[in-house]
Formats: sequence, structure tokens, C-alpha cells
Amino acid sequence: MRIPLKAVGAATALLLSAPAFAGWEPTKPVEIVVAAGAGGASDQMARMMQAAIQKNNLMKQPMVVSLKGGASGAEALMYMKSSEGDPNKVLIAYSLIYMLPLSAKIPFNWRELTPVSVIALDQFVLWDNSAGPKTVKEFVAAAKAASAPFKMGGTGSKREDHVLTVFLEQKTGAKFSYLPYKSGGEAATQLVGNHTESNVNNPSENLEVWRAGQVRPLCVFDKERISYTTKVTDTQSWGDIPTCKEEGVDVQYLMLRAMFLPGKVTPEQQAFYVELFHKVTQTAEYKDYMEKQALKPIFLTGKDMVQFLEEDDATNKSLMTEAGFVAK
Amino acid sequence: MEAFGLLLHGFAVLLTWKTLVLMMVGLVLGIFVGVLPGLGGPNGVAILLPLTFTMDPTSAIVMLSCIYWGALFGGAITSILFNIPGEAWSVATTFDGYPMAQQGRAAEALTAAFTSSFIGSLVAVLLITFLAPMISSFALKFGPPEFFAVYLLTFCSFVGLGREAKHKTVISMSLGLLLAGVGMDTVSGQLRMTFGSAELLRGINFLVAVIGLFGISEILLTMEERLALRGHAASISLRVVLGVWKDLPKYWVTLLRSSFIGCWLGITPGGAIAASFMGYNLAKRFAKEPESFGKGRIEGVFAPETAAHASGTSALLPMLALGIPGSGTAAILLGGLMVWGLNPGPLLFVEHKDFVWGLIASMYLGNVVGLVLVLTTVPIFASILRVPFAAVAPMIVVSCAIGAYAIQNAMFDIWLMLGFGVVGYVFKKIGIPLAPFTLALVLGNRAEDAFRLSMIGSGGDLKVFWSNGLVGSITTLAIVLLFWPVIDGLLARVGWTQRTRTTSP
Repeated sequence: MRIPLKAVGAATALLLSAPAFAGWEPTKPVEIVVAAGAGGASDQMARMMQAAIQKNNLMKQPMVVSLKGGASGAEALMYMKSSEGDPNKVLIAYSLIYMLPLSAKIPFNWRELTPVSVIALDQFVLWDNSAGPKTVKEFVAAAKAASAPFKMGGTGSKREDHVLTVFLEQKTGAKFSYLPYKSGGEAATQLVGNHTESNVNNPSENLEVWRAGQVRPLCVFDKERISYTTKVTDTQSWGDIPTCKEEGVDVQYLMLRAMFLPGKVTPEQQAFYVELFHKVTQTAEYKDYMEKQALKPIFLTGKDMVQFLEEDDATNKSLMTEAGFVAK
Repeated sequence: MEAFGLLLHGFAVLLTWKTLVLMMVGLVLGIFVGVLPGLGGPNGVAILLPLTFTMDPTSAIVMLSCIYWGALFGGAITSILFNIPGEAWSVATTFDGYPMAQQGRAAEALTAAFTSSFIGSLVAVLLITFLAPMISSFALKFGPPEFFAVYLLTFCSFVGLGREAKHKTVISMSLGLLLAGVGMDTVSGQLRMTFGSAELLRGINFLVAVIGLFGISEILLTMEERLALRGHAASISLRVVLGVWKDLPKYWVTLLRSSFIGCWLGITPGGAIAASFMGYNLAKRFAKEPESFGKGRIEGVFAPETAAHASGTSALLPMLALGIPGSGTAAILLGGLMVWGLNPGPLLFVEHKDFVWGLIASMYLGNVVGLVLVLTTVPIFASILRVPFAAVAPMIVVSCAIGAYAIQNAMFDIWLMLGFGVVGYVFKKIGIPLAPFTLALVLGNRAEDAFRLSMIGSGGDLKVFWSNGLVGSITTLAIVLLFWPVIDGLLARVGWTQRTRTTSP
């Protein structure tokens, strides 16, 4: 990874210069806006940050989690857009900021918000029921041989999970019936109950059912294996899951988890949150959470963040276009 | 008996002064939150969640779940006194509870509601205590076709068993289904009927509609007709309470049926809302004189409340065992669990015994303490009806507006609420029932998604709804209920049943 060192440098520089901006801090409770439903990965992360900030006294004002998962998260985006100039709202964003405007023509552009920091990258894993095929090769063979539709569960339509499914089809030649559920948790239970054959959930969404031995991870959609080697189940750690590329299916996708303020806030306000979330990434709560949910730690802010977002946006756009998900 | 030992252990964890005090605090807060329409359980728990971050998980969940019980109890109060349901599952309580209050039997109705809530929850907790592992595996049997069959059953029971003219029920339901389609469609990922408006993106919130349809329209009607709440000073004493309790055994069939329906739908992830409606409809179906329902019959309070609380309580089970919240409030509790590092899932019962059994023990204690608490406060709540309408009406309108606003922090929702108030007024005037409309609004989306997912999964083959015993029997039952008036008539004609056919207008 080329970014972290530079990012840490930038952050340290910012922290050192922080006293210069020390003027501003929130005077009202800060709302952390979640663009997903209760219990999903974003919500869990928001609760973790809420707890980390409160337990370590990182901010005088309390932080409240506000769930705005309506319209597949579009509600949160429009809410942030309409809160221009309000420094008491932070959005915990993920790839929907690129995808929703393309697929559903939501009048939203992340460039209208104020970027604060990228705080993590989330992985995607191909899972099947523990009674199903044991390797990617067997899995693909089973999908090709299936007479009835071979079902892939996921969250939402024309989004990350759906894009990954389309690319899996392209690379393997197998055909899947994609079932869009309302949340990753639902996709997980439906896989356990054998109502679908597979899903491409984030690690956090399938963690518990994996530990209970009900699902099996087949491969991770990244160029390298996950770095955590502590045993999660009796026999396996996150690091034991092969990459899809190793298994002959070269599909890669990482999803950002980033914080944004509404547009038109002052540099002092922005600086306050950059520092706040930097401190959050130093807490034990954050580190625990990253390992437990198998997230990739990263901290980007300022120019590095904007550059990252631009590149990520371009990648997502080309994936969406190729998958045929861009609304005319 | 392993479960029994674990439960005793749970009580041991729980019985400290600190926990008991937290329990009381939680219940009182919960009742207040439940009384405010719209604020309801989910918002109340969400607001109070951060208070518990510094507590240990067991104390925290005890307090939060007591807020939950309190809110469940409290929701019945506004339904009965003002015809304003606080939660989706309080809607059916208004059907007979409100007429009772108007006849000056508010205290009786409230006692009935609280008592049946208690019975419903108790049955559900017993079920959780002794059958938890079996139930979780039952919930896993539900895929899209099974979900759709359950929703279909609810819709069909409304049309087939409803008291109102069938065509009016269908009209009302269709309008509800239409409005449920507004907003983002999960299956296609596209927007529907938003007409470019950012406010409509979210879709139409069920609670906003309910507050308008029931609460505001009632105020409009009252203003037109008499400028006074019809409730009379309800004489409340231990006698009323004991009177209701004395009659309880007469309704054991209703109580048992509703508990069963509630538990069954509660453990079906997401099915809790349908429970109170089904409980009510079936009680009406099997009653000797179904015509008297909706006019202030105590059974019409017992049936939905028992079912609602049995389902509200058993809905915690899929949340704990599968991580799928059965209701809005359960969803917030789920968020809380994660903060304390307890990940709901199949292993929670194995790895965090203290916590799980502490919670289950708190369900018993919380319900007993809650019942005593609400019963002692019945006189206070019933006395609200003695306040002149001119003073109480503005307060109701304001609290409705606050409630509608608080759900999504949107000013637009207040206008929407007022709009629904007018719609509700018109519906009442032309005799179109409101209940099928609200039911369609709350379940319409889920039913549609479940149907379309079933179709994707089966390649468009309708036979999927009879593909196994579970889904097949639910679907068949749904269709039987839909055509029940016809079937009942035929049976009567061939002399299979002595039952006189209830004539529908």
C-alpha cells in the first residue's frame, strides 16, 4: 500500500499545526449520519465510533447516531446535501456515494460535501453454505451444472454486491440469479437457511454465522490476503481465506469507509473533525473493531483523500458502466 | 432441566438493587416515550442508548429492554384514549379500545390492554426460555416464498374476515399498496413515483400516515360533531381492575389463540406487525356475535394486545439468535448489543450465557414490575379524558406534529401527516375502513419484495408457493381465508355446519 505512510505524515503535520485552528469545536450534539439500516456494517461502525469518542472523552458534546437508510441510503445523501454549512453532521459514507447517482439518478455529487477522512477499507468475500461446494472451482462447476437458477444473495440492486456478481459471471461463465435483500444480515441468514446458494457479504456481515460453522468463505476479492491471522473459527483465521485471484477468478473490489461533512463548512470546522477521527483511529476500540471485522486500516485526509476519491470514483464508474447499471 | 437452571442463574445475576433501580427507571421512561405518539419505542431507545455505554452490558440491556417493555405498555394508552396508535402494532387496539373509552369505560379498556399485554409477553418469554434453540431453526426456514405466504395470509384474512363491505376493504388496501410503492424500489434499485422530489425519496413513512389517519382525523371529527371528547370521568379503583381480571377466564380461548399467533409471527423475522391484526380478525371470526366488534368490546382489546406483545417479545429471539430484528425497537437494541461487543448470532447463547439469561430473566421481572406500575397509573391516564376538549385538542395536535417530525426529522412529514388527517376524515365519512389501508402501507413493500424475490429465485414459476409443506399450507390457508365467506356459505347450504352465515353488507 502506497498511501498509509504518506497519510500518517499528512495527519501528523495536521495535528502539529492543530493549535493554530484550535478555535472551533461543536456547540451542539454531533449527529453521525448512517446511510444504511440498523445493524448493518455502517451502523456498527458508527456505534463503535460513538462509543470510542464517549469512552475516551474525545469531544465535549455527545455524538448521536442517526439512521437514514431510506431509499437504499439516498435519504442520507440528500440529507447531507441539504445541510450545507451545518458543522454538526458527519456522514459515514461508502461506495454508494459513487453508485447511487449513477444507477438511480439521485441528484447528488460527493464533491459538494466536505471530505474529512477515509478511515477504513472494507473487503468482500465469496461465501457459500457450509454444506455446499468446498472450493471456488467446485462452486463454479456447481453453478454451471445447476438446472434451477443458482441463487446469489446480496444487499440492494445495482450496487457493490450486484456488480461483483456480474463480474463473477463474466470471469467464470457461470450464471447466477441475483436476489437483492434489504441488508447484509438478511443475506447472511438466507444463505444459512439454504434459500440462496451464495453471497458476497463483507466480513462483518457473515462473521457470526461463519464462527457458528454455518457458512464457508471461498475467496476474498482483493489482490492480497487479509492480514489478520488470529483464529476466528476453530481452524481458520481471516488470513487463511485465499484470494479469488489465487483461485483463478481475478475479481477485485475494496470499498471505502469515509467521513464527510456537509458542504460549505469552515476550514476550522473541517480541521476539528480531521483531528477527532484521527484520534478515533488511535483508540483501542477502533483497533479492536478493525481486526474483528477484518477491515483494512487506512487514514487519508486532505489532498490525499481527494485524490483517492477521484480515482475510486473513476474505478466505480467504469465498473458500473461495464455491468450495464448506469441509468440513461 | 437445563433451561430452568440457567434461568435461575439469570435471576441471580439480576437481583441486585442497582439492576432493580435501573429496571424501574427504564420502565417509567419507556411508558412516557410510549405515550407520546410517534416518538414510540424505537426513537426512545435510540435517544437513551448512549446513556448506557458506560454501564456493563447486562445492566445496560436490562435498562434498555425495560424501556422497550414500558413503550409497549405505553403505546396502548394513546391508542385507547385518543385513537392514536404509537406503534404499528397498536393500530388494532384502537378498533375496540377507543370506542370503549368513548363509552366511559377507559379504565376497563386500559386494564384489559395491560393485562393482556402481560399475558402475551409471559407466554412468549416461556417459549423463549424453553424452546429457544428449536425456534431459531424454525425461523431459518423462511425464505422469500414463505415470507410472501405470511403476508398474503394477513391480507387475505383482512378481506375474508373483515366486517366491512369487501369492495371497500379492497379499495382501501389497494390505495395503501399504491402509496407503499413510493420511493426506492429495492429489487430494481430504481425510484418510483417520486416525481423528482427529494422529500419523496424516503417513501411514505407508515407512522406519519397512521398519526394523521387516526389521530388528526379524529380531532377533525370531534370538532365537527361535538367539541368534546366523549369519554366520561371513569371511576377507577381496584374494583375495575379486579372486575376485568375476574372475567379473564371467559376469554381464555381468545387469549390462547392470540398468544399462539403472536409467538408464531414474532419469531418469523419481520412478522410481528401482522400479529395484532391477525389476532383481532380471528377473534372476530370466531366470536358469537362478530357485529359487536369495533363498537367497544373488551375481547377486541384482549385479542390484538395479547398477540402484539407475544410477537413483540418473541421478536427478540430472532434478533438474539440470528441478528435479524423483528421490529424497529429491536433493531436499535441490536445496535446497542454491538456497542457492548456482543454480536448477535447463533453463538451468543453459547458464549454469553450471563447476558442472555440475564436478559431473559429481566423479561419476566420487567413484565411483572411493568404491569404493577401501569395499573397503578391507570387513574392518572384515564383522568386525562376529564380535561376539556378545548384544552386537550391543541396538545394532541402538537404532540402528533412532534411525533411525525421526530421520526425522520423532516418538516415535510408534518404536512404529510396533516394531509393524511384529511384523507382519514374523508374515509371515515364515506365509510372506507382505515385498517386495510395502514396494513397495506406497512406490509406492501415487504410483500412485493418477497414476491419478486420468489419469482427471481424460481425463474417465474408460481408453483414455488406450494414447493414445500410450510409454504404450501400457509398459501392454501390464505386462499381459504380469502374465500371464507363463500366457503362458509356453501358449507351452511349443504348442512355441514349449523353456523348461520354472517351477512355482509
